[in-house]
Amino acid sequence: MNVNLATAINHSLRDGLANDDSTLLMGQDIGQLGGVFRVTDGLLQDFGPNRVVDTPLGEAGIVGTAIGLAMAGYRPVCEIQFDGFVFPAMNQITTQLARIHHRSRGYISLPVVIRIPVAGGIGAIEHHSESPESYFVHTPGLRVITCSNPQDGYSLLQGAIASDDPVIFLEPKSRYWDKGDVDVTAKPDIESATLVRDGSNVVLIAYGATVKPALEAAAELEDEGIECAVVDLRSLAPLDLDGLMPIVQRVGRAVVVHEASLTGGLGAEVAARITESEFYSLESPVLRVTGYDTPYPASQLEHGWLPNKPRIVDAVHTALSF
Amino acid sequence: MMADTSTQLWAMLRTMVLSREFDSTAINLQRQGELALWPSSRGQEAIHAGAALAIGPNDVVFPTYREQGLLLARGVSPDSILALYRGTSLGAWDPARHNCFPTTLVIGAHTLHAVGYAMGMQRDAQKAGAPENSNRAVIAFLGDGAMSEGETNEAFVWASTQNAPVVFLCSNNGWAISAPTSVQTSVAFHKRAAGFGIRAVHVDGNDALACYEATNSALEHAHAGNGPTFIEASTYRINAHTTSDDDSRYRDSNEVDMWTKLDPIDQLAGALRESDAGFDEKWAELQAECAELASQTREACRELPTPDLLEPFDFTLSARTSELDRQAYAYSQQPLLREFT
Repeated sequence: MNVNLATAINHSLRDGLANDDSTLLMGQDIGQLGGVFRVTDGLLQDFGPNRVVDTPLGEAGIVGTAIGLAMAGYRPVCEIQFDGFVFPAMNQITTQLARIHHRSRGYISLPVVIRIPVAGGIGAIEHHSESPESYFVHTPGLRVITCSNPQDGYSLLQGAIASDDPVIFLEPKSRYWDKGDVDVTAKPDIESATLVRDGSNVVLIAYGATVKPALEAAAELEDEGIECAVVDLRSLAPLDLDGLMPIVQRVGRAVVVHEASLTGGLGAEVAARITESEFYSLESPVLRVTGYDTPYPASQLEHGWLPNKPRIVDAVHTALSF
Repeated sequence: MMADTSTQLWAMLRTMVLSREFDSTAINLQRQGELALWPSSRGQEAIHAGAALAIGPNDVVFPTYREQGLLLARGVSPDSILALYRGTSLGAWDPARHNCFPTTLVIGAHTLHAVGYAMGMQRDAQKAGAPENSNRAVIAFLGDGAMSEGETNEAFVWASTQNAPVVFLCSNNGWAISAPTSVQTSVAFHKRAAGFGIRAVHVDGNDALACYEATNSALEHAHAGNGPTFIEASTYRINAHTTSDDDSRYRDSNEVDMWTKLDPIDQLAGALRESDAGFDEKWAELQAECAELASQTREACRELPTPDLLEPFDFTLSARTSELDRQAYAYSQQPLLREFT
């Protein structure tokens, strides 16, 4: 089928509910309204209020009760309505969800998925454009996955629901309306990065919302005779280092692209890993194109703040200047 | 006094006396350097004994760190309880075996897990076509300090709006480390419940029979599908918060002395001594059982195994990732650990 990302995720949730009656959805406005992005549209009608739960407005409550439901044998898929509203749930996510399997020496598994629409670029008001992935990546005991296209929206979410680990599933809201082909029979692989485009001069390492501008930059650079590879990390924790390093080794130059702020962002981790592993293959330092170390700006400023195509093109030129 | 009531009273007295013995033994183990820390439950045993008698085998317990007597009554072994405080584990036991989850140290965080578990019971019952909850409910323990946590208050909202089969048993022991209850609230805790639409009961937490009756009726209420109950059990923390705390810095010893006179074990043992001709014999048996528990506890503590060095890597996720494999190898090869692996 050819659908947009939001619809692909809707299909994945529907199939998750249909395939296993222990799966249930929880979140604010996900039932009657179908979610503020309509990602859960129609699911309450088809699966009923015991499986698609319109919760009270409390993020800690959503995640905390999901933990209890998982302890009771259920597989909750929670929706946090917007990235900037996950912070009230951070205690439950970091001190409980991520640690209970370890704390209990494996007696308790928590197959909980937390879906969060993330990142900016849609002209939103404050708290609706954040990229909080580093907080989760820095928390042992969580898997962190993100999708950049409808196929991955469907498949990676299937894999997340099937996983016995807690999964933070980040959905780039600026891509919700982008269409693509989806093969629902494709086998989910939640641990691998993908090489979206090959090239021999510079590898652009992106994920979620920034895969699209990375591909746009690669297309523009091709006209100049510069061949960029584009890697979509997909799994942010754990990182697919085994998949990434041979590409970096072959190409010798890397630029990491993410919307989250620079300092302590995932780009720092990727750059460090590349330097540790591929030092002798590198022709240039690993560069980063990211959001700045400011709070996310007012929406009229966001397009210059985000890692857009011209900034990525500039970084590739810089990498090639070494 | 009915015979079965006498049996119940003795069952509660036994739980209380064994709890007190376990507590004293653990305090001594801490003083001997065998435990890093111990949170004493002295003075609060009536709540745990009443609850232990009321909670059925199919009910599920979410404890705090101060219900050790209840854990023992639930069949959790002394070494499983002590492991957390000896540093040999983070407090793990098989929750399915005891229908009792391990201790949560982040205050109030587990109240939401309890409500979520109760929501699971509701769905189990619905799947099974049972109108109610198949005589299952969840009981979450909490203290006066937890009443100020946002998560606890979210748990009340969820429990009420979901009509979840859950009992909140709040041991108001007067102190959250150094903060008296007046720091947490300007209204009696049990009066808050009405605002959430939750049935509330206030009991003397030093009266085991009252605690039993309150817990039992709250569980029956939940079993029947009538939703949550909040129980405030007023009691007193006789010892400092933990063995690392110095309560002389914040409270008057006269207050401790006053509550010591209301000791829950003395109260119940005193009543039974007057009403039960066989008291002395049963009391002697109980004392022998205490000696045995103390000896077992000391031995079990010292024999707790050092955990496997690689255990953290094995239990971070459901299976090791290649990244965890790499880090586990690096960890095992560091100079300090090389000789052990």
